[in-house]
Amino acid sequence: MPEALSLTVAGRSVQVPAGASVLAALQTAGVLTLRHSLNVNNPSVDNPSAGPRGALCGMGSCFECRALVDGVQVRTCLTPAHSGMTVTLLDGEDAR
Amino acid sequence: MPAEARTDVLVVGAGPAGLSAALAAAQSGAAVLLADLSPGPGGQIWRGATANDGGESGSLLREVQSQPNITLLYGAQVALTEMVPGTGRVVQFSGPHGPHRVVPEKIILATGATERFLPFPGWTLPGVVGAGGLQAMVKSGLDVRGARVLVAGSGPLLLAVATGLREHGAKVLAVAEQASLPQLLGFGLAAQRSGKAGEGARLLSSLRGVPYWPSTFPVRASGAGRLERVQLGGLVRRTLDCDWLAVGFGLVPDTRLAALFGCALEGDAVKVGAWQQTSQAGIYAAGELTGIGGVDKARLEGLMAGCAATGQVGRLRDLPTQLEHAHRFQASLSRSFAPRPPLQRLPEADTLVCRCEDVSHAALQTCTSWTEAKLQTRCGMGTCQGRVCGPATETLYGWTFAGVRPPLLPLPLSDLLEDSLKGDPL
Repeated sequence: MPEALSLTVAGRSVQVPAGASVLAALQTAGVLTLRHSLNVNNPSVDNPSAGPRGALCGMGSCFECRALVDGVQVRTCLTPAHSGMTVTLLDGEDAR
Repeated sequence: MPAEARTDVLVVGAGPAGLSAALAAAQSGAAVLLADLSPGPGGQIWRGATANDGGESGSLLREVQSQPNITLLYGAQVALTEMVPGTGRVVQFSGPHGPHRVVPEKIILATGATERFLPFPGWTLPGVVGAGGLQAMVKSGLDVRGARVLVAGSGPLLLAVATGLREHGAKVLAVAEQASLPQLLGFGLAAQRSGKAGEGARLLSSLRGVPYWPSTFPVRASGAGRLERVQLGGLVRRTLDCDWLAVGFGLVPDTRLAALFGCALEGDAVKVGAWQQTSQAGIYAAGELTGIGGVDKARLEGLMAGCAATGQVGRLRDLPTQLEHAHRFQASLSRSFAPRPPLQRLPEADTLVCRCEDVSHAALQTCTSWTEAKLQTRCGMGTCQGRVCGPATETLYGWTFAGVRPPLLPLPLSDLLEDSLKGDPL
């Protein structure tokens, strides 16, 4: 059984297996929405294209998985999780 | 600036092509630096591979790790390159411990491919991810046991993704492939001629019970704040409730770094001549970067580039014939799975095409080129710098993506400062 890592993501405690990415920790904690679009060109609240965004490509290309790890902005899909890490969403974002 | 490390051969990308190139180059005695932006080797297809694995990935990794003259650098991505008088070409990585500058004699680019994402209503909802993307997330620790997954898009990758998801306990509801049945049969015959019939048969048999629908594609994803259901169109028209939509429309060579070095492109791939040489002296390219063709092509081209870059001409003798087979498979792949016209009609007026800058299909339809769109709407000027919307606009509007500029990723200012200006407490 791979040793479990314990970290805090968006204010929640979560455990993931050793080797997991910070993105996996966020997803395991149920945090799929990592930011909200600026929506400057699409003011309609009914527009399904507006609003919540999460990870897309899983390989460091789309940059949609950005979050802060111990205060530093990273691509969470490329960042291995470590015990004791504190992961917070981008400025102004709360986990809803 | 941090001190610059000289090396004989710099290999960028540690997937099958990069690993093969690094090993071949190192076998000449050359000092090799093998770098990858991921935390470990394997690229996409061998993500998470370790030296303990069976099969070709484990065996190649064991060989690479046992070569004392290969230095491994993970979690590092090339940010910029510059010609420094008296030194030559300097390549600067953005790494976990800050900038890392390298002065290589020869460079082998093996930067692989990214998935092609095409917009449709609701594609920006959390839960809509790439097909290779979901596979990568699962290999990186995402738990999909019991999750309902719809796999869609195009290419043989969809079968591999569906199989892998099933093995990890997901409920794969269906595979929706946009290519038509005649195109798929044509590909099946070509795959058989390339000796891939066994692999294909294994994939199909492991997907018994999962519906496979040709000429079918997502037309709308919807849900309150996250994906809840997907409406399919084309041949099979129905709506499926699901937790994840794993959707990717084929692969696109990742040519940004090659373009930064000034290498000529041919179509959407890096142009190479004999022995994987690019248009820039001393720079070689191998693998998906020179054209989407799978693992066998990648390994072969990596071997060729590694030998060519270190003058091991004797080893190159019989390789071109093998490469011909790989190129035939590559041609059949691109013929069979090219995005078909219905995909161009998927986005609605207010469907976002550029996710980073929130630019809609309606705003882009009136533009006549990538550059005009960028200037008028900021499409491609956001964080991903066109990595997602570039290939999408090529398919939707027929534009050609252009204009790669350094840095290739956002950098902290400290990465660009001279040592004398850094570290003063304020």
